[in-house]
Formats: sequence, structure tokens, C-alpha cells
Amino acid sequence: MAKFNLKINGSNYDVDVEEDTPLLWVLRDHLGLVGTKYSCGIAQCGACMVHINGEASYSCTLPVSSVGSDEVTTIEGLSKDGDHPVQKAWEDVDVAQCGYCQAGQIMNAAAFLKKNPKPTLEEIENAMNRNLCRCGTYHKIREAVAQAAKLK
Amino acid sequence: MEKLIKTNRRDFLKVAATATGGLFIGFYWSGCDSPKMQVLTDDEVLSQALDFNAFLSISPSGDIVIYSPNPELGQNIITSFPMIVAEELDADWSRVRVFQAPLDNDKYDRQLTGGSGAMPHSWERLRKAGATARYLLLSAAGEKLGVSANELEAKEGKIYQNGKQKFEFGELAADAAKLNAPDDVSLKDPKDFKIIGTPVKNVKNREMFTGQPLYGLDVYREGMVNAMIQRPPFGMKIKSVDDSAARSVPGVTDVVVFKNNVAVVGNSTWPLIKAKRQLRVEYEPDGAVESSFDHDRIMKEMLDSKSAQVMRKDGDVENAFKNAAQVISSEYQCPFLSHSPMEPQNFFAHVNGDKVELIGPTQTPDRARMETSQLLGIPKENITVDITRLGGGFGRRLRADFVVEAAELSKILDKPVKVSWTREDDMTGGAYRPAVRYRFQAALDENGNMIGYKLRGAGINAGNSTRENNFPSGSVDNLLIENIEHRSPITTNAWRAPITNFLAYAEQSFLDEVAIAAKKDPVALRLELLDRAKKNPVGEIHYDIERMRGVIETAAEKSNWGKSKDTMQGFSVYFSHRSYVAQVADIVMEGGQPVLKKITAATDCGIVVHPTGANHQVRGGIVDGMGHAMFTNMTFENGLPKQRNFDSYRLIRMKEVPEIEVHYVDSGYDPTGLGEPALPPTGGAIANAIFAATGRRLRSQPFIEQKEFSDIKLQIRRT
Ligand code: FES
Ligand code: FES
Repeated sequence: MAKFNLKINGSNYDVDVEEDTPLLWVLRDHLGLVGTKYSCGIAQCGACMVHINGEASYSCTLPVSSVGSDEVTTIEGLSKDGDHPVQKAWEDVDVAQCGYCQAGQIMNAAAFLKKNPKPTLEEIENAMNRNLCRCGTYHKIREAVAQAAKLK
Repeated sequence: MEKLIKTNRRDFLKVAATATGGLFIGFYWSGCDSPKMQVLTDDEVLSQALDFNAFLSISPSGDIVIYSPNPELGQNIITSFPMIVAEELDADWSRVRVFQAPLDNDKYDRQLTGGSGAMPHSWERLRKAGATARYLLLSAAGEKLGVSANELEAKEGKIYQNGKQKFEFGELAADAAKLNAPDDVSLKDPKDFKIIGTPVKNVKNREMFTGQPLYGLDVYREGMVNAMIQRPPFGMKIKSVDDSAARSVPGVTDVVVFKNNVAVVGNSTWPLIKAKRQLRVEYEPDGAVESSFDHDRIMKEMLDSKSAQVMRKDGDVENAFKNAAQVISSEYQCPFLSHSPMEPQNFFAHVNGDKVELIGPTQTPDRARMETSQLLGIPKENITVDITRLGGGFGRRLRADFVVEAAELSKILDKPVKVSWTREDDMTGGAYRPAVRYRFQAALDENGNMIGYKLRGAGINAGNSTRENNFPSGSVDNLLIENIEHRSPITTNAWRAPITNFLAYAEQSFLDEVAIAAKKDPVALRLELLDRAKKNPVGEIHYDIERMRGVIETAAEKSNWGKSKDTMQGFSVYFSHRSYVAQVADIVMEGGQPVLKKITAATDCGIVVHPTGANHQVRGGIVDGMGHAMFTNMTFENGLPKQRNFDSYRLIRMKEVPEIEVHYVDSGYDPTGLGEPALPPTGGAIANAIFAATGRRLRSQPFIEQKEFSDIKLQIRRT
């Protein structure tokens, strides 16, 4: 076991866990931040996406020991009142079916739009291709990302 | 329309305190103008609300509480059911709060999600629930005003007399709830619907999009332990277990062997994932240990077997084939598939003496309780089931294996326990879509008329792999449908659109082969068969000929069927789970290679209750049908799938979906379900378009692994 001080959503957290514990399980099991989802555990589906210094990253394969002083943002901290342009677009377009993948989708989209505020549809598809949606909401996701780009 | 999102976490969903993303209480999520009235918390509303019936309570504050009994897995029944109640109640939708009801046999029947059956089952019940309460509110208002209820009008949560507002619903709730409900109540004319048919937003958006705990995996209880289970390959049992390495993983508190399972127990998830990898479990055969290689051979043998179960027989098939000018014969095969919902299986169980508490994602809470009751010998009345939101189901969560094992483990440990499955557990411990092989044969006369039709289905644990009364049955004079099954230790189960998810593709591809052999247009051939079924029905007909014709004609029209020389099209139509769907796939050739651009769908599901939800199900069903037809394979080796995670089990991704255009045929019938019916036709439409474009007939799935496809570079592009 080792102690880590993590910067998550603007707050500091102390956790005492094994060094190889992926950030995903620190968030879910130790900090109760369960908005970040587990689905594959091998960086294939994007359900676990968080921002590390603003970069969309798979938290399921990221050992807590390598997080260091990096800023972590989870879906719970993306905005204060759930009013990030991407979250609003997700509501407007009514993207979700089961919703399980959507936190990861939103996190990926938010990081992508920050880097590329005026994307083409093709760029949106390339960026969002990292995230699986078993329910097949891909059309809606594409539409919502495009809409969020306009909202910004 | 504004909508109030409540954030009740329900008592059972106690989650570890979080520093951020706390509770959002009574918060207007998408509203910009904040309401003047005081917004109550869910608990406040629930404690004041007066019951009108199993679905509906009204609080004196004017807040409307609607319970949604069926498990929610993305079909958005948690929005569409309350819309129906609110419609007949004439409620103000912005005051409606929706709650998932726990399992309750006294209040609800058919509390399950499966078979696309909830909507047809509940449509009238829900309407009556709303209409009855509306009647009582009007009666109470009439009594207060000393006038007949007939002189009053209800609108958006208020009661009017001669156009003047007299009461809000909340003011009348206490009096109205005391009145006796009428036996009969009149329902609205669908043309007066104000909420039904509008794109009401999903009532759970806020929770989903801000990461609130909603799903089974998010359940946390003080004092609970976590567990993961190593399950045996199909057809095997445990020979020996060496758990010493697993036990030494920090964070692991216990290792328990029960039945053929080895459970690792601890207080958080990661140590369990590690410990499971450290388990050394030796298995030995406990019956047949099978591989896909065996299944291929077995299915071929069954197709040639002398005997099979006759499912339907019309006319004299032998004679028809003897007299045929032309006989077409073709075989189609599909692999097993895992359901792979994005949320892996999991369940919370607490066996406490002779009481059991179950919480989690199940499509069949009743079955979960029944099987738990049988296993533990605890009466059903002592078992509660709370239903969390399901991160997908696709049929996997119709079973109760993942519930019962959690209950058994809780009893052994004498503790509340949450059993979580890894993705690998979910994929290798599945209940798969059965592998099936079909042989189709058609006899044509010299004019290209189909005078005989034979289908034999050979499945591995498929039950009846045919749907003997589906089209084209009824339209062919001489017809024989047979089924033959191999029993295997590999567990199979309903997988979204059971059987028809593959049968439709095979049959619609075969009909394309028949059309080409008969030199007929594929759409014309289907319409001609329907004409014959109408004029000269053979045996029983289990589909509505006109509704089937309606979707065929609409899909052909909307897709400009046959109008463009540059677009190669494939047609497919299927009736399943009470709804009718026809689809056309469009391929254009670019640089000598096919580009799949678009799928046009025409659906008849009767009244479209919730257009957003319906579009989701049609598009989602098409994406699902397309992805699995094209990319996904599951092969077994010695009782275990070789594909264990999404790196080798390939699911469709965003860049692989074409444009999908959705149309509805307004037939005016009562609504039928849409969770499944859009999926079956898709594979056939695509395969037929690929044939039109390349001359390659794809007779097995997944397409990308077929040799006919090896030199084709199919692109999928929306623009
Ligand atoms: S859970 Fe991390 S990518 Fe799938
Ligand atoms: S909405 Fe269900 S997995 Fe994406």
C-alpha cells in the first residue's frame, strides 16, 4: 500500500492503495466517484474516460502511481451544475439509450472540442471512434458533438 | 416542454460521500426560467403524495409522481410509460417526477423487459391509470363547486370552468384520492394527444450526464463486501483449486469455493481482478466439451439427417419439387454471439436470516426472486428486489444466474455482497445467441412462380430455430418447415430479436436469390407473394398482409427503389414482435469498390408514443444488426469462447455506421414494441446490396470473415 495525493475536480484527495491500482478503481471504490464507468478494463471502449490535464484518457489502464500531480477531471467535475456545453448538447439531442457509455463519450467530446472547437464531421467521427456504444447511439453522439461546437 | 428531473437516489442507493457532484435536489435541468414555487425534494414529495393507483400519486404541492414498473435498459420506457399516464391525466409534464418501482406482484403484472412486449401489454392500463385519476380530480372539483364534472375541463394540471381556472390538481388531490374509482372511464381520442407523440426528453438525462449513481455497479452499502467469481468452462467441473497466490494479494479477505465457482472476496475491485488472475483452477470434463469445429460438423449433419421435427407443412412439397422447372437451394450460417451490454453483469445480495434483499440490473426481477427463493428455500414474500438502471441488456439479463450466485455467496459469507463480473467473465460466462445453420430450398415453375418452399433449421441449443408461421408461409401452396436441435452444455438465451436476428437475414437473402433466379424485382416478388397470400391464403396466416405491404411500399418509395442506376440497393422486410419493418441499403461504387452509404427504414409499430425513443430503437436496432452481421464473431474452443474482450470481439464503432433514414407508416393501430423489430431486416438488406454491387452472395456471418468478401474493400461513409 502507498499513499497518494490526487487532484481531482479541483479538490485534493488522499488515498492509500496499491500502486498498480488503476485510477478508475480509485475513483469508483475509494472516492465514491462512480460516474466514471468500467466496461472493458483494457483501453478499448472509453467508458472510463477522464481528463488528465485536459487530455481524454482511459482511466482503467492508468495506474494511480503515474498520476502524480496531474489534474484529473471526472464527469462529476466537468461542470458545476451539469451545464457544460457538451452536457447541454447531450440533453438537447437526447443522446442516451442505456446511458452507460455516455459519461465517457461526454468526457472524450469535451476534451476534443477544447482542442478543436470547429471540427468537421469527419474529425468528430475520428475523435469519437475511440468510444464504444453498444446501444448504437452513434448518430446522436455525432449530432450532439456538432451542436456543442456551435454552443461554445 | 420543461421537465423536472429529480435526483432521488432511493434509500437503497447509498453511495460513498463524494466531494463533488453532490446531490442535485429538485433542480430544473434544462429550464432557464427558474420556477417561482418552492421546489420540493423527492423525499418531501413522496412523503406527501396521495396514491391514486399503482402508477400514480399526486402531492398537494401539485407534483405528480409516476412509477415505472418495467426495468429500464435504454428503451426509455421510464419516459414513455409516464408520458402515457400524464397524457390521460392531462398533467403538466414539467411537474412529473418518475420513479423506478421495485418488484411488486400485487401492484403490477409483467414487470419485465423482453420480447418488445411491454408497450402492447401496458398501453391501455397506463391510459386508464391516468384517465381514472383525471376523472376523480374532476369529480372532486365538481363537488367543491357544486356543479357537474361534465361542466369542467382539465388541462395541464389545472381544472377550468368556462375557460376560467378554478383549481390546480394538487389542491384537489386529498379529496379526489378518497373517491371511489369508476369501473370504466373514457380515454382520449388519439388526435387530442398533447404529450404522446412529442419528443419529451429522457427523464434520467441529468443523472446520466453528470455521473450520478444509477446502475447496479454503482450500488454501495455500508458493510458490504465485493466479490468476483471464476466460473467453469462449459461442460467442465472443478478438479482442483490452488488459491494460495490469490489469497496473498493484498486486499483479498477470502476465497470461497461453491458449486463449480471460485469466489474471491475483498473490500474493493482491483485486488479481486488481480487475485482472479492468480487462481490456479484445474477443470475436468463434466459432459461434452465442445468447440466451434464440432458445431460446424454437427449442424451440417443435422441438415442431412433423415428425421427432423416438422413445424409446418402445407400442400404437397415433394410433388412441387418434382415438377419444378427450377430448384434453388442455399445454406446460411451464423455464429454464437455474446450479448455484451456495456455494463457487465453484477448484483447485490444480502441474505439476512430468512430475509433477502436483492438490488441490481435485471430484465426479470420476478425470475430473480423466484430462483433465489427456490435456491435458498426462503419464501418469495421475504425477498425484495430493487431494480437499478440497466447498462444494456439485449436479453442477457433475462436470466437470473448472476442474481442467484450473489445470493448464494451472501448466505455463505453471511454478509451483504456485490458480485461484479469483469468483461472477460461477462463474455466467457455468457448465455449466447445460438449458432444456427439453415437450408432453404425453393421450387419455381416455368414462369418463375414459387410453387414450393422448404426450410430446415439446425441449431445448437436454439430451441425452435424457425418461425414457421412467418412470411412467406401462407403465400406458398407447398411448404415444409422443419427444425432440428443439438443439445450442448454451452448456455444459450434470447439475444435481442431471438432467432429472427439471424433467420430474417438468411430468409431475406434467400428470397433475393429466388427473385434473381425468377428474373423478378425483389420488391415485386415480395408484393406478389403477399397478393397470393391475400387472394389464396394457404393455412394460417400470422401476419397482417396490409401492414406488411405498407412498410414494403413505403421503404421502396422513400429509398427511390430501383430509380438510380448508380445506386445498388438491397431490400429486406420482416415482421417480428408485432411490428413491421422494411429496409433498403444503398451502395455506390467508388474506384471499383463498394461504399455503403445509407439504410432507409419504414416501420409500422402503430401509434408512435415517443418519437425520440422510437428513432433510438430503430436506429439502434439497425446499428446493432449491422455490426453483428458484419464484424462480430464468437468461436468456442474446449467449452470457452476464444473472444474474451473488445479487442478480439469486434463491436461496431462510430465510423462504421451509414446514414440511417427512419420513416413510420401511420397505421393508427395501438402501439407495439420497438426494442427488437428493427434489427432482423438489416443484415439481409446489406447482404443483398453487396450482392447487387459485387455479385458476391454472403451466406455466413460475420461478413468480413467470409472468403467471398476477402477481396472486397467495403467502405462505410455517410457523405
Ligand atoms: S473500461 Fe477503460 S476503455 Fe473500457
Ligand atoms: S447508450 Fe448504452 S452503451 Fe451507449
